[in-house]
Amino acid sequence: MQKKTEKLAGYIFLVFGCIAVVSVLAITIFMFWKGTPALFEVGVPELLFGTVWKPSADQPSYGIFYIILSSIVGTFGSVLLGVPIGILTAVFLTDFTDGSKMGRATSKVISSAVELLAAIPSVIYGLIGMMILNPFMYKMEKKIFAGSTEHQFTGGANLLSAIIVLAIMILPTVINISASSIRAVPGSLRSASLALGASKIQTIFKVVLPAARSGIMTGVVLGIGRAIGEAMAINMVAGGAVNIPLPFNSVRFLTTQLVSEMGYSSGLHRRVLFTVGLVLYIFIVIINLFLTHMKKKGERAYD
Amino acid sequence: MKNKWLKLGSLAMATVLVAATLVGCGKKEAEKVALAGSTSMEKVCEALMEGFAEVNPDITVTTEYTGSGAGIESLIAGSVDIGNASRNIKDEEKESGVVENVIALDGIAVIIDKQNTVTGLTKDELAKIYTGEISNWSELGGADEAIVVIGRESESGTRSAFEELLEVEDSCVYAQELDSTGAVLAKVAATPGAIGYVSLDVVDDTVTAVTLDGVEATEANVLAGTYALQRPFVMATKGEISEQNEAVKAWLDYVFSDEGKEIIKGAGLIIPE
Repeated sequence: MQKKTEKLAGYIFLVFGCIAVVSVLAITIFMFWKGTPALFEVGVPELLFGTVWKPSADQPSYGIFYIILSSIVGTFGSVLLGVPIGILTAVFLTDFTDGSKMGRATSKVISSAVELLAAIPSVIYGLIGMMILNPFMYKMEKKIFAGSTEHQFTGGANLLSAIIVLAIMILPTVINISASSIRAVPGSLRSASLALGASKIQTIFKVVLPAARSGIMTGVVLGIGRAIGEAMAINMVAGGAVNIPLPFNSVRFLTTQLVSEMGYSSGLHRRVLFTVGLVLYIFIVIINLFLTHMKKKGERAYD
Repeated sequence: MKNKWLKLGSLAMATVLVAATLVGCGKKEAEKVALAGSTSMEKVCEALMEGFAEVNPDITVTTEYTGSGAGIESLIAGSVDIGNASRNIKDEEKESGVVENVIALDGIAVIIDKQNTVTGLTKDELAKIYTGEISNWSELGGADEAIVVIGRESESGTRSAFEELLEVEDSCVYAQELDSTGAVLAKVAATPGAIGYVSLDVVDDTVTAVTLDGVEATEANVLAGTYALQRPFVMATKGEISEQNEAVKAWLDYVFSDEGKEIIKGAGLIIPE
């Protein structure tokens, strides 16, 4: 009797486990089914490498190259900005707060701030970016481009704003994962390094961080995943016009492209938006494959 | 014994019900009203169809959003009962028997931030701002402040109306493309030197609505026809309304009823007099 219930429970768990698999399969199939027709209708080079996005013109043009580029530049910009801050915070949390009472207190404050940062909804990030970052950016823009006739003034809604918002948003991911992988570095490595006469800073940068490398990379890749998939916050701060991704240009990302135009679009325009979704999906899949690869490497390192 | 009676009773009732349904089906032919035309009218049409379905569940209304020109063409060809157009009916279309029934007026206000000293623009100046020919308020008698050109995403009804009326379709250079009326309003209010366009009915005191060719953007001026950024929403019929079949009459009656007018107003439009 007990065996039977055990078996039954096993099946029930299996069914629930399958929900995730089925969902992923369904999404993948759906994205390819909906996203590929427009590729052939518009033409792969015209769609992926065209730079003019005018879906409602008499001679519509569906080039999403600048949009893809904006997503890539924006994501890597935020990683470039966010990852050093994240890793150094993680180092501080793991290696500089032990011992003194003061240190533990600071560590506690920083860790709970990081946790809260992760819990803040993206729309709040967008709102703050819109109200504080954009006006500040506009002041900078006016100073930098004073007297320029070439530059189109965007009112501060630009790529740089989006990068800064994204950098803050990926911080918790990078900090938490980096910190736990730094903590996992065996104490013997630190002791050995210190015993050999290396300073604390030397130990951290030459021994601890290299030893925790794969874990930190996992954090970075997860951060990239979060940044490239973010829509709401950057929809509010990036301006939303399709332009070359230069720091002070108003730009549109793959995600915001879907958010802003899905509502009214129809026909080929809508099918192209599904292709935009497909491109985004493929990016995410690539990032995840990379992540799995990293994790495997990390596991091997500890063997 | 009691049970048996109950069973029989319910059986009889079921039979009557089924019979009634069958008879009902045979009697009434499904009445249909087919509309086609302007994409800008989608919002108001969908709202009207929803309201109409509650009052007249027997009449099916279908709408295709093919564009004003195509809608009137289908009407002339006789494939639809009503042609939706977000512009006035042209003379050559009228010659084919098309009758213009204006159901609403769509007004667009041009808004700037409160600090801006400019209060009025000409249609020509506005077009030049949106195509990027004028990029500083000092060229228009204002302060030396860059113009931040804010608009809506493509496919937005407001954007298509704005660009159509200014004849700047697809030549606008936007600094920001936002996906809602509220966002345009908020951004214009918060950004020095910004200019944007929104439906007339949402303008509030956080922004200044500029005069266009000296005419203020008010409902009265739209009704009087003096304000330039406006267009009529037309549900054109082939021949007068009185010549239409019952279903089409019922539909137009609903559109012009008080209830219909409330729905049209709810879509941010102005009721013509």
